[in-house]
Amino acid sequence: MKFLDERRDGALARRLLDAIARTVTRRWRLMEICGGQTHSILKSGLDQLLPAQIELIHGPGCPVCVTALELVDKAVGLAARPDVIFTSYGDMLRVPGSRGDLFSVKASGGDVRIVYSPLDALKIARANPDKSVVFFGIGFETTAPANAMAVLQAKDQGVANFAMLVSHVTVPPAIAALLGAPEVRVDGLLAAGHVCAVMGYWEYALLAENYHIPVVVTGFEPVDIARGVLMCVRQLEEGRAEVENAYEQVVTRAGNRPAQAVINRVFEPCDRAWRGIGVIPHSGYRLREAFAAWDAERRFPETQAVTTQESGLCMSGLVLQGVKKPMECPAFGKECSPQSPLGATMVSSEGACAAYWHYGRQAASAPEREATR
Amino acid sequence: MSNLALNGWACPAPLQNYPTIVMGHGSGGKMMADLIAHLFAPQFHNEVLSRLGDSAIIDLPAETGSLKLAFTTDSFVISPLFFPGGDIGELAVNGTVNDLAMSGARSICLSAGFILEEGLPMETLGLIAQSMAAACRAAGVTLAAGDTKVVDHGHGDGLYINTAGLGIVPDGIAIAPQNARPGDSVIVSGTLGDHGIAILSVREGLAFESEIASDTAPLNGLVSAMLAAAPGIHCLRDATRGGLAAVLNELAAASGVGIDFNEEKVPVRPATQAACEMLGLDPFYVANEGKLVAIAPEIATETVLDAMRRHPYGRDAALIGHVVAEHPALVVNHTRIGGTRIVDLPLGELLPRIC
Amino acid sequence: MCLGIPGRVIDIYERDGLLMGRVDFGGVIKEACLAYVPEIKIGEHVLIHVGFAISQIDEIEAQKTLDMLGEMEMLADELPNRQGAP
Repeated sequence: MKFLDERRDGALARRLLDAIARTVTRRWRLMEICGGQTHSILKSGLDQLLPAQIELIHGPGCPVCVTALELVDKAVGLAARPDVIFTSYGDMLRVPGSRGDLFSVKASGGDVRIVYSPLDALKIARANPDKSVVFFGIGFETTAPANAMAVLQAKDQGVANFAMLVSHVTVPPAIAALLGAPEVRVDGLLAAGHVCAVMGYWEYALLAENYHIPVVVTGFEPVDIARGVLMCVRQLEEGRAEVENAYEQVVTRAGNRPAQAVINRVFEPCDRAWRGIGVIPHSGYRLREAFAAWDAERRFPETQAVTTQESGLCMSGLVLQGVKKPMECPAFGKECSPQSPLGATMVSSEGACAAYWHYGRQAASAPEREATR
Repeated sequence: MSNLALNGWACPAPLQNYPTIVMGHGSGGKMMADLIAHLFAPQFHNEVLSRLGDSAIIDLPAETGSLKLAFTTDSFVISPLFFPGGDIGELAVNGTVNDLAMSGARSICLSAGFILEEGLPMETLGLIAQSMAAACRAAGVTLAAGDTKVVDHGHGDGLYINTAGLGIVPDGIAIAPQNARPGDSVIVSGTLGDHGIAILSVREGLAFESEIASDTAPLNGLVSAMLAAAPGIHCLRDATRGGLAAVLNELAAASGVGIDFNEEKVPVRPATQAACEMLGLDPFYVANEGKLVAIAPEIATETVLDAMRRHPYGRDAALIGHVVAEHPALVVNHTRIGGTRIVDLPLGELLPRIC
Repeated sequence: MCLGIPGRVIDIYERDGLLMGRVDFGGVIKEACLAYVPEIKIGEHVLIHVGFAISQIDEIEAQKTLDMLGEMEMLADELPNRQGAP
């Protein structure tokens, strides 16, 4: 595939790894924000090939992982209603709520459907006028333009039986909260390439300056990530703290203006609870008053009465902040595994815990590899 | 009811979610493996079943001349009934023939039981029956017995087919999942992921245009050719639900060995790869219906590959890796950038993702 | 987050007031909303996420990056081997 295959070229990636090894002179901790980057790093084995002085910390860049437990419970509650067709991206189906997940609702007869695009959910609404179609609007800023357009279309086209359960989270406030937290020690940031494709990267200039931390906008393939790491490490070695773009084929400083315009038209910032972390002010989107009629939480007031119960054993919040590694969790691999997850980080294909589930077992059976790190 | 060993289940976590069957239990991955191991196997424990081969090999009594019978059963519940490259009838015949072939058996006959939903159009059933007949002819097998039942409207996706297959294992053939040995070559018969993607391409909510078609095919001819060239092949398994990953994990576990493979060597059609990228799926987990994995002694590698590539269903056969003594029961992928990653049994149903 | 896949726009039209198109991902064609890349032309490439084009792919920048990485490759060949490299 054009524009993808070249970024997976093994030889190119290895050259970049060489360059990183030549450049680094001391230990650095880099955080990659985006779960897609985590997934790519672990899938390609890039983390094994970086020099030992570079530690990659996986930040809370997985909207699946950070969707508040309360919202998962609301979703489960709505999906169980016989008059509701509950639509969602595939990722959310197995995320554990307080009492089960969407998958088990489906198993019990709930009409739960996976969609590829929020416009598909709208199509289902038009085709089923006697039911309410609720769409689980999760995601970072990358997904916000799509979710916003679905609501805008619902309004413009008069699709009254469509509603969105909004669970959007935004990246920069979360990074600022993390960098401000004393337990979190991060030297450099790899910013999420696709979030920046929408929002641009001008917001990070202030972050870079206030925390004196280099920020490199990075893509998703092994070559992109290796390049992002190299540029970040160069900055660190040279004592710089700037914002650089290592994903120019897709990202500009200003971002996608038409997309931002629609986001701003449909959504407004709000405080948002991040699962396992807590409420981060101004770190989410909610539907504006003008779109209240398409807000699932207002359409179905019983969602206000949801009571949550998080697993006492799950420490995914600490993992998401990069404070703890998955293997340090007492439940890891015992009560908690991908097959029976306690928290979202074990469910999501890019959740740090699920990712370490594989690496940890491999490391256990290859002690000589560990010894050389 | 309760001598069920339910505390043998994965774990007592408060969120163990499945007091009822869910779709993941049928997906060919870990959930299904657990269901078999903890619910079915304890009830039916016997030596033949416990080998968990694609078909059961039964030694008939000496009076019959010590024939080794291969016997298998399968059910086909696919929806939609018709998809690019095939239909449920063709799938049923090929799937059963393939299960027999994976034990090295020559297929003799099949049975087919139909569970029909009230309201199924007669024409649909007619087309499927036609298709099955054609598939039987192509595979050289007879449909010897059948049964038909009708269920209420709303209970059956239109049509379910259950099959059983009988075959004879020639003398000198000893193929079993337990036979893989360190040093053996791991070979696949062609491009992976085509069937699963073809199904998704017509699935509501995910549909897309492509030329990807199901690879459903009877592999008995291919297997005969392979065994004629190299009778000492150790393992054969067709890569159905759960894909390449499921097969490699099952064989590694059954034989108590590790498997190392190289992702760059695994043949995948560019369009199938593109569809997987779009949906966030890994082609190693996507279902096939006309592909097999062979584990053969290293010395036989070229002979086997040669025999495969001469056959219409093995043209794209490729050596993808080796059996190793290290990391027993683990399957490791050597990535194109030089890293390694464990490829686990897929969990349950393959879900498209946005993240 | 953010599975974003590059594809080539092969068709552009309007539906329900939205700019839509068909995008070719290399043998797989799917409809996507092009409202966020209003200037896009047939033959150009876009990044698709959940059925929406969220960015046009700048082919010149893409090539520049590859060229630059390629040059770095040549430079690397001139340096002597050292420890620490995988």
